[in-house]
Amino acid sequence: MNSKVHLDNMNVHFGSTHAVKSVSLDFPANSVTAIIGPSGCGKSTLLRSINRMHDLVPTARVSGRILLDGTDVYARGVDPVAIRRKIGMVFQKPNPFPAMSIHDNVVAGYKLNNSLKRGETEEIVETSLRRVALWDEVKDRLKSSAMDLSGGQQQRLCIARTIAVQPEVILMDEPCSALDPIATLKIEELVEELKERYTIIIVTHNMQQAARVSDATAFMYMGEMVESGPTKKIFTTPEMKQTEDYITGRFG
Amino acid sequence: MKSLTFRHLTNSAVTLLMVLATLTVLTPLALIFIHIIKMGLSSLSLDFFTQIPKPTGESGGGMANGLFGSGLLILMASVIGLPMGVLGAVYLTEFGGGKLASAIRFSADVLAGVPSIITGMVAYALIVVPMKGFSALAGSVALALIMIPIILRTTEEQLKMVPGTLREASLALGVPLWRTSLKVMLPSAAKGVVTGILLAIARIAGETAPLLFTALGNQFWSRKLTEPIAALPLQIFSFAIAPYEDWHKLAWAGALVLVCIMFALNLGARVMGRQKRYS
Repeated sequence: MNSKVHLDNMNVHFGSTHAVKSVSLDFPANSVTAIIGPSGCGKSTLLRSINRMHDLVPTARVSGRILLDGTDVYARGVDPVAIRRKIGMVFQKPNPFPAMSIHDNVVAGYKLNNSLKRGETEEIVETSLRRVALWDEVKDRLKSSAMDLSGGQQQRLCIARTIAVQPEVILMDEPCSALDPIATLKIEELVEELKERYTIIIVTHNMQQAARVSDATAFMYMGEMVESGPTKKIFTTPEMKQTEDYITGRFG
Repeated sequence: MKSLTFRHLTNSAVTLLMVLATLTVLTPLALIFIHIIKMGLSSLSLDFFTQIPKPTGESGGGMANGLFGSGLLILMASVIGLPMGVLGAVYLTEFGGGKLASAIRFSADVLAGVPSIITGMVAYALIVVPMKGFSALAGSVALALIMIPIILRTTEEQLKMVPGTLREASLALGVPLWRTSLKVMLPSAAKGVVTGILLAIARIAGETAPLLFTALGNQFWSRKLTEPIAALPLQIFSFAIAPYEDWHKLAWAGALVLVCIMFALNLGARVMGRQKRYS
């Protein structure tokens, strides 16, 4: 399989804290890779390095290489804004723009960049909302506030907003941790469908979720990549003792 | 363990003390209001809003030019001060993290504490001296200097309260930081920012000292930015110290109008501030 995102000996420091330690990992195109591990193991930090969200944190320092289609996203002259247009992100807590309607939230990426072409809007809104299976639920109230939606709907709206700008990779940072089981199930089904078009990297501390949605799984502990491989293998015959302890619930 | 009666007594005594303290605070305010309303209402007439001051010896007249002048000064000061204050705050919260930001913050706090007569002197040196004359422009600059730190600090506080998740949401969509600041963060803090602006306007509306040797005051109509212009607080000041009973009455009417404007602005700020905010 061809590699979409590739981490090569990547390290992240916050001041004197070494949060991610020499991680090398490959994310194949059109697949779902889950990153699991206990809280504080550096999995979210790793995820946020991929679309350069740490750029705003003055103490953060990323070293090593993160390749997107073979190009280092941290190389000199690479615009983080351009990177973030290719690598979208869905956050832990649904965060639609509270002052915008459902409709405007979907096209927020265009609106905020003043890049919306006339005539395109309705199509983008419908396609994106259909793709996250939210269209039928909201088509009659596109003008109402995004805050009127339930948590699960808000999260699907956030995914719609992310895919509306046509990224290639979608990073998901524990996208279901604030949702109930039914909403979680819907998001998981969605992830399954989305991988046909996008490369998905999902951070989760719900191991069942990782087992259900992902093709490959990487287990992190204390900033280090302990083990990675096909999901089935990680969950049935892990090579490392630590991995086995974690997935069988002996710690974490 | 003290007896129950004793504790009840202590409770009542302390409550009484607090009520007394509150009343002591409120009394001067009430006295000022009652006195100004009593003196002002009897002198207030339609002429006050439509006429300019009459020459010495003639009765009647009003402060229409002062009202207009104050309005113009506030408008000009806002035109200068609003963008600087608001954009400065955006810089501090969204871009500035280093030494420059703390230096700006510190300067703003010092600037806010500078006596307004000093601000007037600065505007005098900066504008009046080079332009060789008192002007509405100089008055506006003096008032803007007072406005900037107030708006800067209140806007900064409001921007800090906007959840960082919104900034992340926007950045993750490939929106540059500056657009994110102006189109996501600032609008989300809009209500609080407007409250701060109203309070800053209320503050400068009553300022007299910085106008003394900048706008100077004017007995006649003036619409030019390069000429001395009348202002309500200045007119109140000069009419109140004049030796004519008529002028004193006008000064009282002016004081009443000024207090009403302040009251309205503060009330507006209150109403804006109370409205529901995103949490």
